[in-house]
Amino acid sequence: MSALASRLREMHAPRAWAAVGVVGLVVALLPLMGLPAHLVPLFGKFLCFGIAALAMDLVWGYAGILSLGHGLFFALGGYGMGMYLMRSIAGEGVYRSNLPDFMVFLDWKQLPWYWNGFQHFGFAMAMALLVPGALALVFGWFAFRSRIRGVYFSIVTQALTYAATLLFFQNAAGFGGNNGLTDFKRILGWPLHDPGTRAALYVVSAIALVGTYVLCRYVVTSRLGRVLRAVRDAELKTRFCGYESTHYKLFVWTLSAVLCGLAGALYVPQVGIINPSEMQPANSIEMAIWVAVGGRGSLIGAVIGACIVAGGKSWLTNTIPSAWLYVLGGLFVVVTLFLPRGLVGLVPKLRLALAAVVRRRAGQPM
Amino acid sequence: MSATAVTTDPAAVDARETPVVSLPVPEAARGELVLWIEDLSVSFEGFKALNGVSLELERGELRCLIGPNGAGKTTLMDVITGKTRPTTGAVYLDRRDVDLTKLSECRIAELGVGRKFQRPTVFQGHTVYENCELALRGRKGVWSALFTRRTVAERARIEEVLETIGLASQSTREAGLLSHGQKQWLEIGMLLAQDPKVLLVDEPVAGMTHAEMERTAELLRNLAGKRTIVVVEHDMEFVRSIARRVTVLHEGRVLADGPMAQIQADPRVVEVYLGE
Repeated sequence: MSALASRLREMHAPRAWAAVGVVGLVVALLPLMGLPAHLVPLFGKFLCFGIAALAMDLVWGYAGILSLGHGLFFALGGYGMGMYLMRSIAGEGVYRSNLPDFMVFLDWKQLPWYWNGFQHFGFAMAMALLVPGALALVFGWFAFRSRIRGVYFSIVTQALTYAATLLFFQNAAGFGGNNGLTDFKRILGWPLHDPGTRAALYVVSAIALVGTYVLCRYVVTSRLGRVLRAVRDAELKTRFCGYESTHYKLFVWTLSAVLCGLAGALYVPQVGIINPSEMQPANSIEMAIWVAVGGRGSLIGAVIGACIVAGGKSWLTNTIPSAWLYVLGGLFVVVTLFLPRGLVGLVPKLRLALAAVVRRRAGQPM
Repeated sequence: MSATAVTTDPAAVDARETPVVSLPVPEAARGELVLWIEDLSVSFEGFKALNGVSLELERGELRCLIGPNGAGKTTLMDVITGKTRPTTGAVYLDRRDVDLTKLSECRIAELGVGRKFQRPTVFQGHTVYENCELALRGRKGVWSALFTRRTVAERARIEEVLETIGLASQSTREAGLLSHGQKQWLEIGMLLAQDPKVLLVDEPVAGMTHAEMERTAELLRNLAGKRTIVVVEHDMEFVRSIARRVTVLHEGRVLADGPMAQIQADPRVVEVYLGE
């Protein structure tokens, strides 16, 4: 018991734990505290982005692996959930068929084999986590073993997600082509349009976000976390210290993909659609921007960055739609030039400045 | 500089009391061998960086490896640690059944070969303490790193190493903030934590002040006897101060091998190296 307590203290000071608890609770209870019903799915979406940003920070901020393909893992998790949601409304589509509408439209007579099992929620959720994980494991094994690193690795991940986009756009792939999967009605029997269901999905996302945060914090404060930072800073030296850096990178890369799959699975029932545009290269780049804006290697910064950038996008694309891409580009330039540690990196600076002001007010000499 | 203050460290006093081994070592009294390098050749697109190098190292020996630029000293270290694969030849450690040239860097490190690079490479973003922890001998797998924590024995070992290298008072400092000399010592300390059988040290005193250099010489002398140490160094004064046996490399071959006095008198060595 005391071992657990001291491990928890390694992860956070008691005050920081209290802050995590309070903020987590407030965020989770927002729907009860007067958050307008139409904003609940939007905020739920930000929570899912927060999970994906944590996954991104784990590989980029701590292991120095810049992935520009995390949108793929996110979308695969989303497709897993989407396939369950499609199968749970068998017989209720426009054609009253047991097959999803798009398959009837393609004149398919039976479900492709890989749709089997997705009528079970548990199976679908397992697949939403395992498929991104397995893909990351196989891809990472070949990439890390061949010692592909840095910008080359980033480019290969970008190519991977682009290739997957092209595959999923095809009607013959069996995932609904460019329309993707949509027209969902129920999750586990509860109607998706009901405000209660939406609030429940929101709360589940909030719990998942806090859980993911605690898990990531556990990982980065373990010895494994210290080895990862060592691999990021001086990989060869780490190898000479006896660590098989490939295994470490593969572990964190796969874990990150699984977490991204979780984010995608929670995202889909809240937005009501999953299609190949979710895995387009630009989406993955946006994930990197979330983390860069918030601050790499701090976990909490990634969540803040995701909420600010995604929130800004929602707001701007409603008010001045043409301005968003310029703002995004500008943001990236400003952060790269002036805030290498992101918004979180501003905190110590502000604290120092504030202390100086306080001292001056008090009339004390420096 | 802060480095001068460290020479009063107990470990340093210890080193001064260590009796100097008399030279030369007679052939019959030679100790047990620990590292065999056999007929090693490395060519980079036709250029022979190493050309049939054979060496044998005894347990507890402190060997200096000298030679002009491009003689193949660093390449030899690269081959022993698995960074470079040789064209021909083999390297055996401890027992003659495992050829190191067939193994990965981390496997070689695990078997007991430690390496200190030419430029000090410590983990800049980690604290001095964490640097030693990472180097510590023990299980290096992903799962044990994820679930196990520092044991009492490990903590004691880290503190012992920090005492030896005189950085105990700096343990919570970020390694990137240390002075050049302190980084070099930290790197030697990391090798101690790794507890290797053979320690390869590449230019340990490059860029050091005179006081720092003396401290380093003491540190290395203190370690010899417990471990086999190979030092690559350009600074002849430093080599003279620590060397028991010297091997001279030239154009990828072993040119001469023997006690320092004999090497200094060798006309071939004088011609290619010492005469500069």
